[in-house]
Amino acid sequence: MVGGTGGGETITMSMHESAVQAAHAHAAPQGFIRKWIFSLDHKVIGLQYFFLALAAVFVGMFLSLLMRIHLIWPGAVLPFFGEIKPETYLSLLTMHGTIMVFFVLTTAPQGGFGNYFLPIQIGAPDMAFPVLNMLSFWTTFLGFIVLLAAFFVAGGAPLHGWTGYAPLSALQSAGPGEGLGADLWITSIAIFCIGALMGALNFITTTLDMRAKGMTMMRMPLTVWAWFITAILGLLAFGVLLSAGILLLMDRNLGTSFFVPLVTVNGQLTGHKGGSPLLWQHLFWFFGHPEVYIAILPAMGLCSQLLSVFSRKPIFGYKAMVYAMLSIGFLGFMVWGHHMFMSGMSPYTAFAFSIMTMGIGVPSAIKTFNWLGTIWRGRIRFHSPMLFAIGFVSLFVTGGISGPFLAQPVLDIYLHETYFVIAHFHLIMGVASIFGIFAATYYWFPKMFGRMMNETLGKLHFWLTFIGAYAIFMPMHYYGMSAGLRRYSQSTEVAYILKLLPLQRFITFAAFITIASQFLFLFNLFWSMAKGKKASDNPWEATTLEWITATPPPHDNFGGQTPVVHNGPYEYSVPGAPRDYVMQTDPEIEPAH
Amino acid sequence: MASFSTTATVDAPRISLGDGEILPPVLSGGGDDRSGSEKPDYPTRLRRARLGLVVALTPIFMLFVSFTSAYIVRQGLPTLDPQTNLLVKDWIPVKLPTLLLVNTFVLLLSSLGIELARRQFRGQAVLASARTAPEVSSGEQNKMPWLAMTLGLGLLFLFGQWTAWRQLAASGFYVSSTPSSSFVYLLTGTHAVHLMGGILALFVASIAALFRKAMATRSIVIDVTAWYWHFMAALWIYILCLLEFAR
Amino acid sequence: MGLVLLVVIWLITLISTYFFVAKTWWLPAGASAAAAGIDHHFTVTFILMGAVFVAAQLALGFLVWKYRSDGSSSKAEYSHGNTNLEVIWTVLTAVLFVGMNLMSSSIWASERFRQAEASAVHVEVTAMQFAWYFRYPGPDGKFGLTKPELEDASAGGEAALGLDSKDPASKDDVVSGVMVVPVNREIEVILRAHDVIHSFFIPAMRFKQDAVPGLAIHMHFTPIQTGEYEIACAELCGLGHYKMHGILKVVSQEEFDQWLAAREAEKL
Repeated sequence: MVGGTGGGETITMSMHESAVQAAHAHAAPQGFIRKWIFSLDHKVIGLQYFFLALAAVFVGMFLSLLMRIHLIWPGAVLPFFGEIKPETYLSLLTMHGTIMVFFVLTTAPQGGFGNYFLPIQIGAPDMAFPVLNMLSFWTTFLGFIVLLAAFFVAGGAPLHGWTGYAPLSALQSAGPGEGLGADLWITSIAIFCIGALMGALNFITTTLDMRAKGMTMMRMPLTVWAWFITAILGLLAFGVLLSAGILLLMDRNLGTSFFVPLVTVNGQLTGHKGGSPLLWQHLFWFFGHPEVYIAILPAMGLCSQLLSVFSRKPIFGYKAMVYAMLSIGFLGFMVWGHHMFMSGMSPYTAFAFSIMTMGIGVPSAIKTFNWLGTIWRGRIRFHSPMLFAIGFVSLFVTGGISGPFLAQPVLDIYLHETYFVIAHFHLIMGVASIFGIFAATYYWFPKMFGRMMNETLGKLHFWLTFIGAYAIFMPMHYYGMSAGLRRYSQSTEVAYILKLLPLQRFITFAAFITIASQFLFLFNLFWSMAKGKKASDNPWEATTLEWITATPPPHDNFGGQTPVVHNGPYEYSVPGAPRDYVMQTDPEIEPAH
Repeated sequence: MASFSTTATVDAPRISLGDGEILPPVLSGGGDDRSGSEKPDYPTRLRRARLGLVVALTPIFMLFVSFTSAYIVRQGLPTLDPQTNLLVKDWIPVKLPTLLLVNTFVLLLSSLGIELARRQFRGQAVLASARTAPEVSSGEQNKMPWLAMTLGLGLLFLFGQWTAWRQLAASGFYVSSTPSSSFVYLLTGTHAVHLMGGILALFVASIAALFRKAMATRSIVIDVTAWYWHFMAALWIYILCLLEFAR
Repeated sequence: MGLVLLVVIWLITLISTYFFVAKTWWLPAGASAAAAGIDHHFTVTFILMGAVFVAAQLALGFLVWKYRSDGSSSKAEYSHGNTNLEVIWTVLTAVLFVGMNLMSSSIWASERFRQAEASAVHVEVTAMQFAWYFRYPGPDGKFGLTKPELEDASAGGEAALGLDSKDPASKDDVVSGVMVVPVNREIEVILRAHDVIHSFFIPAMRFKQDAVPGLAIHMHFTPIQTGEYEIACAELCGLGHYKMHGILKVVSQEEFDQWLAAREAEKL
């Protein structure tokens, strides 16, 4: 008999039954469909998420390209698209935001790399619920298709911004695209919520229940901590977004008035009354603020990882890093009102939210100090992953510094809804987080595909994107300081905004170059899959569990064996050790510090 | 700049996802069952499934927390009456159909039913593990159709909810009639949709015997569904109390 | 590579800081009583956060250059951190961030916690897709009733607001497409919206507030400088959001009285 481990249930399995099931568990899938389309293997599912996000980011970038062109040449007649009307600009803006936030920043770092590497980094053979994992990908994919469909229906895509404030988003008559396009937009987000919740379920259960022997919580790599905390944030936040979406669909289609007070549009009463536009904002931002931490935490975890690996030095303050991420996650649920200082919310409530918001800046600052502390006295190797990690720190600092301006309501009176806000969130989410995705790609490509990406192209991609991103988003601070307002499809109507057009021109040209540079990455990615230099199992000489498996890993990750962990994840440059790195599965080092 | 070896000394072609023909670096074998490549044993699978359920119930909980906060906000919200330019409150409580109490009783009965089914299947899984043909249930066990009874009661509950909706509509409260009626339909409807998920799981568990699924697997499915079902019953009580007492 | 990183990071830092210090693109001159305090707090925040920005970026650039690997097999320093340092910089950061916020709280309180004075000039500001209307209560000091079913945006003025001519209080209400106010008086704005959320933003007055349908939001500011100032809509309200702007004219008390009297006379 194979004994169970007790608890309340003393069920044991017969030898026969366990042998039958073991045979099923070991067998890799056969056939193209089971192997690549409806795969239950977390590694394939991770790649599927990655490629979905890759497609989404190029769509999102293309939309922003059209926006940038329209801003400086409003009357331009483009080939194929014709003239971009103001409402079209707004729908481009809406879809750009929605695609990037959901299908890139919430998909690639967590669904993509998290799915692929979380089980391996904790020594597990797969996620806890492989069928659910597969369903979570296809649900997300369906959400993307439904979202894109909004472009092609009568009225086109909605124009209410990714934040979808009611009543603009709740009234079919409030503008072009607010008909079927808006319903598809809400539906797609609801579908995405369900897919994200399914994914979060897997991440949390797997991390809690499937760690290999010796892999205590405090020996987990910071990437795993980041994915774990991100999943908890998602678990708590996406249900609220789903609820808001349901209420909005009811207001739009069933005549309820959750969000819509008595209003007239184009002189017509709409039949709604008594609803609260602020209720939408509260529900949306209760989700929306944790969402931005969902977008950045995996990149923070990876940055910690890469700075350590490529400085050949343990992460500075592992425990502090863990507590900082936990604090960011926890506090992230208490600051949503800072998006609503000007909304008509009580000023006393605003004050409370602003104090909490300043508080959440503290753990972020701690992380930044610790990243610098990791590099200090290291032996830095400047491979592409490291360049993007260093770039991440710089961009995170820049994007983070504008936060305390916006967190103070007195200053937010002026800065709210200006380009200063756009600069802030793009630098943190749109660039720093994306640098996390790039870094992850260059770092884990050898493990996923068995080949190295081209270093020269990688370095070129880094420099063009790093300088290009600053060139795009730094001037937006100045534009915002001059009261340049966001979501304006053109600057021709307000005199003081028109005066700022030279800044917009500079930004647009910087965007042309930066967007073009991304094709270097795309080329490098696909070319290296076929023709890149073959990679060893551990080309970066790193210590975490993914580097002890084969390259690429076999179906059950560890070839039928279970790793046993004796060390923490950042044992580099251990005095007295034969090499400058000690694998997590190597014999335990004596605690020195 | 340090250069380090990336010499990939590849002797044999690497296969990506096939059965392991490559031997990875020597790992310490053994360790506990927590993440072994073999299918984990019954207690582990049960624990994992129950953990998954607790995690899954969290967003459902948050969904109803969110609806509750919208309910409370809307109840107290004054709106600008253009006739008088004053802020007035426009909340009209809905009289809930008495049928809802009957439905509640039906649901609680079904909760009892599924709890009996859960224990029944656990017993059968114990017996099954002592035999070599685990799919075939032995003759000695409890033959009461608790599962079928739960399924029937669950469907009866849903039918009762639908009838209650029609009663509401007949007395003039449609989904868009008043803010309070919107919430009645919203809360009961969302609950019903989630209960349907539970019914689907029960249905799949019921016919799983036809597919010769191992008794251990079926027992775990019933166990998790039972806890889900109890949560749905508790949630229903909460919704009923909210609508009835927080008017 | 370390040196290139240092140079690029330092250059980006110094160039961008230059444009902030030189105020090449900056806030317009403040023209309200609150502006001085707000602008002062802007400066404090800029200096503090600017110092942190420069220090962090210069440190990053320096560290990646100084600790580049020299190709030898020597190891890095084996350190898992320093708890004392962690405590010190945590406390310092918390004091800096929270302290800075508390410094601004008195301005926020005076702007937002306090109601307008009884002697303020009342202007009702109504936002609709895509225009601003301004209503003055006239000698009776009361705003007449408006009814949504009477709204006719194409007719402008009173009709756009749906002013109910049957209400005696509305007889002396003046509706204008331009906002005219006297200098050095507190102005109470009552913000309303007909259709979707808009936002009333006057950069020179450092004033912004969302106009939310279903609410009548009371705010106040005190212009201290005569002149014409642009008003821009600062909340996405539909396809015409970019052209929903208005003009604020701050004039002397006499000019204001004359203007208002002339508008009242026109109604007769």
